[in-house]
Amino acid sequence: MKKVLVLGATSAIAQATVRLLAARGASLYLVGRNAANLEAVAKDAATRGAAKVESRAVDLNDFDAHEPLVDAAYSALGGLDGVVLAHGVLGDQAEAQKSWAATEAVLRTNFLSAVSLLTVLANRFEAQKAGTLVVISSVAGDRGRQSNYVYGASKGALNVFLQGLRNRLAKSNVAVVTVKPGFVDTPMTAHLPKNKLFASPDKVARGLLSAADARKNEVYVPGIWALIMLIIRTIPETVFKRMKL
Amino acid sequence: MKTLESWGRYPRVEQRTHPLVWRTDALPRPGGTLLPHGLGRSYGDSCLNEGGTLLLTAGLDKLISFDASTGVVRCEAGVTLDTLLRLAAPRGWFLPVTPGTKFVTVGGAIANDVHGKNHHRGGTFGRYVRRFELLRSDASRRVCAPDENPDWYGATIGGLGLTGLVTWAEVQLKPISNPYILQETVPFENLDGFIEVARASEADYEFTMAWVDCLARGKKVGRGLLYRGNFAPPQFDGLPLKKSHLSHGVGLAVPMDMPAFCLNRLSVSAFNWLYYHRQNGKPKAQLTHYDPFFYPLDAIYGWNRIYGKRGFLQFQCVVPYATARDALKEILERSSRGGLPSFLSVLKTFGDIPSPGWMSFPRQGVTLAMDFANRGEKTWRLVEELDKLTREAGGAVYPAKDARMSPESFAAYFPRRDEFSGYLDPAFSSSFWRRVNPVTLPFSLESERGPAATQPQSLLAIR
Repeated sequence: MKKVLVLGATSAIAQATVRLLAARGASLYLVGRNAANLEAVAKDAATRGAAKVESRAVDLNDFDAHEPLVDAAYSALGGLDGVVLAHGVLGDQAEAQKSWAATEAVLRTNFLSAVSLLTVLANRFEAQKAGTLVVISSVAGDRGRQSNYVYGASKGALNVFLQGLRNRLAKSNVAVVTVKPGFVDTPMTAHLPKNKLFASPDKVARGLLSAADARKNEVYVPGIWALIMLIIRTIPETVFKRMKL
Repeated sequence: MKTLESWGRYPRVEQRTHPLVWRTDALPRPGGTLLPHGLGRSYGDSCLNEGGTLLLTAGLDKLISFDASTGVVRCEAGVTLDTLLRLAAPRGWFLPVTPGTKFVTVGGAIANDVHGKNHHRGGTFGRYVRRFELLRSDASRRVCAPDENPDWYGATIGGLGLTGLVTWAEVQLKPISNPYILQETVPFENLDGFIEVARASEADYEFTMAWVDCLARGKKVGRGLLYRGNFAPPQFDGLPLKKSHLSHGVGLAVPMDMPAFCLNRLSVSAFNWLYYHRQNGKPKAQLTHYDPFFYPLDAIYGWNRIYGKRGFLQFQCVVPYATARDALKEILERSSRGGLPSFLSVLKTFGDIPSPGWMSFPRQGVTLAMDFANRGEKTWRLVEELDKLTREAGGAVYPAKDARMSPESFAAYFPRRDEFSGYLDPAFSSSFWRRVNPVTLPFSLESERGPAATQPQSLLAIR
C-alpha cells in the first residue's frame, strides 16, 4: 500500500496505522470528523516521513459526500492502491435497547456508511484490477451477546458484506482484509476497566499492516482472539443464551 | 483511584488518572487538583498527586514538524526523547542535552529542566527549548519563549509541571556527523582525584560523568571511573550500524520484583570491586554507539524492580566547589557507614551556564547521585542526614529525585520559590509541592531543626 485512503484517521488504531505507513514513506489521504485533530494526525504523519499527506474533515455519516471524497483522494494522490476503513462508534447498548434512534446511529456509522464507501471504492479497485481494502471490524461481530449486540450486529453485518465483496473481487486481484481486533486500549474503551487482554493500538496496527501486506482474508489481532472466538462460537446456542456475556 | 508509581516506586499514593489525547482539547475538571504525568521517570513524589488527578500525557505523542536543515523539532509534550532520537539521529541531529534515560517525555524534560553528561559545556535542556504552549486551567493558552511571555517561560522550565500543561514544545537539536562516541575511561583514586581529572577533562570532552564506588572507605573514599567522550569525528561516518547497539525496545528485562536480599552490602561491594578493577588502573579508549554510552540502563527494561517491592530512594545533590571536597567526602562516608549500599552512584561536575528556568536544579559545582533500597526508617534518616549536609554546604537537592526533603531545605535550595509561587496554576498541584510547602508550618531558615523536630515534619509527610 503506497497510496492509501484512511477513513476515520483520528481513531487510535488508524493513527497508529498512519504512523507505520508514514514511516514506510507512503502517501496518505486522511479523513476524519474533527478538523483540528485531523490536522494533528496529518502533521504527525508528514513529520514521520510520509511522502505526501492530504486531509479532509468530513462526517462520514453524510453519504452524499462519499463519492466526491473518493474522487478527491484519487486526484490528490494520483491514484489509490489501499484503503484503511477505521471509522466506527461503540455506542451504548443500554441506550440502544431503549431507542431505535440510538440503534440506528450505530448501524448507520458502523455498517451503512462503510457499505456506501466500499461500494464506490470496490468499483474503482475492480476497474483498476489492483488494490487492498482493509476494514476494521471487531470480534464482537462473531456472535451476538446481550452486553453489546447492537454494535456486534453492525460489525457482523459488515463481516458478511466483506465476505461477499472478497468473493466478488478475488478475480480482479483486489484483496479485502477483514481485521477483527479484540479489546484495544483506546479512547473508545477509556471507560472500561483494563485487563491483560487489552492490546495497544500500535500492536493492532502492526497486525493490521502485516495482514494487509500478506493480503489475508480475515485476521484476529492479537492472534489469541482467534482461539477465544473459536471457543465462543462453538458454544451451543441453547447454552449460550443462558450465559451472562 | 489508581496506584501509579514513580520510578523509585516510593511513595505509593492513590490518585485518579485522565488520559490526554488531543492538544487542542480543554483540560478536564474532575474536582481536586491536576498534575501532568509523562512516563513517571521522576523518582520520588514530584510526578505524583495523591488524592488528585494525573493528566497522562503519553497520548500527546504527535510530532508537529521537523526541519532537517535547521534541526528545529516541534512536537507534543508527551513525545519521548526516544522518539526524537529515532527521528533525528539518522538525519544528523541529536538531543542538545539528554538525561541518562531516553524514556522521558519532552514535557517532563522541561518540567524538571533535565541535565546530562554535557552540563559543563551545554547547560540544561531548558536552554534549547525555543518555545512552548502553556495551557492553564482558566483555558488560556500562552506561547512562551525567551522573548514572548518570558516570565511564564522562566517559571515553567524546571517548574515541575505546576504552572499548567505544556501542550507542545519546540526544541533546537544539535548537529552530529555520525552516531558514535569516542569514549575514554579514566580511573581515579579518591574524591580529590575525581575533581582533578573531571575539571581537566572539561575543556576537551563534551561529555563527562563518573561512577563512584561508594563503599570504598578511608583514603579510597570517592574512588571510581570517569567516563569522558566526544561525538566521533567524520572519519568514523558510515561505519556499519549493529542492531545490538540499540536498546530501543529490545534487550533484557527485570521480569519481577527482586527479593530484598539480592542487594546487600556484600553483593554491591563485590560488584563495585570487580567493576573498578576491570580497568587495571589504566585509561582505556573505545568507540561506542551513543545508545550504550548515554543510556546503559535503558537496555534493562524495568531496572528499578531490582530494588523489590518497597522501592528505593534516590538522592542527588550539588555542592559548590568551595565546599565540595569536604561535603561530598562526608556524604560518601556517611552512606558507607550507614550500611545501606548504593548500587549506582554517580559524580559529575556542573558548569556555570545559567538556565532560563527559575526553579532549575543544576548550578556550578559537583553533583552526586546515589540510590538506596528502601529499608524504612533507617534509609529515611540517612537520606535526611545527607540532605542536611548538602544544605550546610550551600548546595541543593534535585526535586525530581526526592521523596523527603524538608520544606526548609526546599526554600533554601530554591530562592526564587516565592516568585515562582505567583505562577502556579491554582488547579495544579503535586504530592511533592504540598510536602515542601505545608500551609500550616511557618518557615524559619535560621533555626536549624533539631532531631526531635525532624520526625513529625518530614517523616509524617512521606509515610
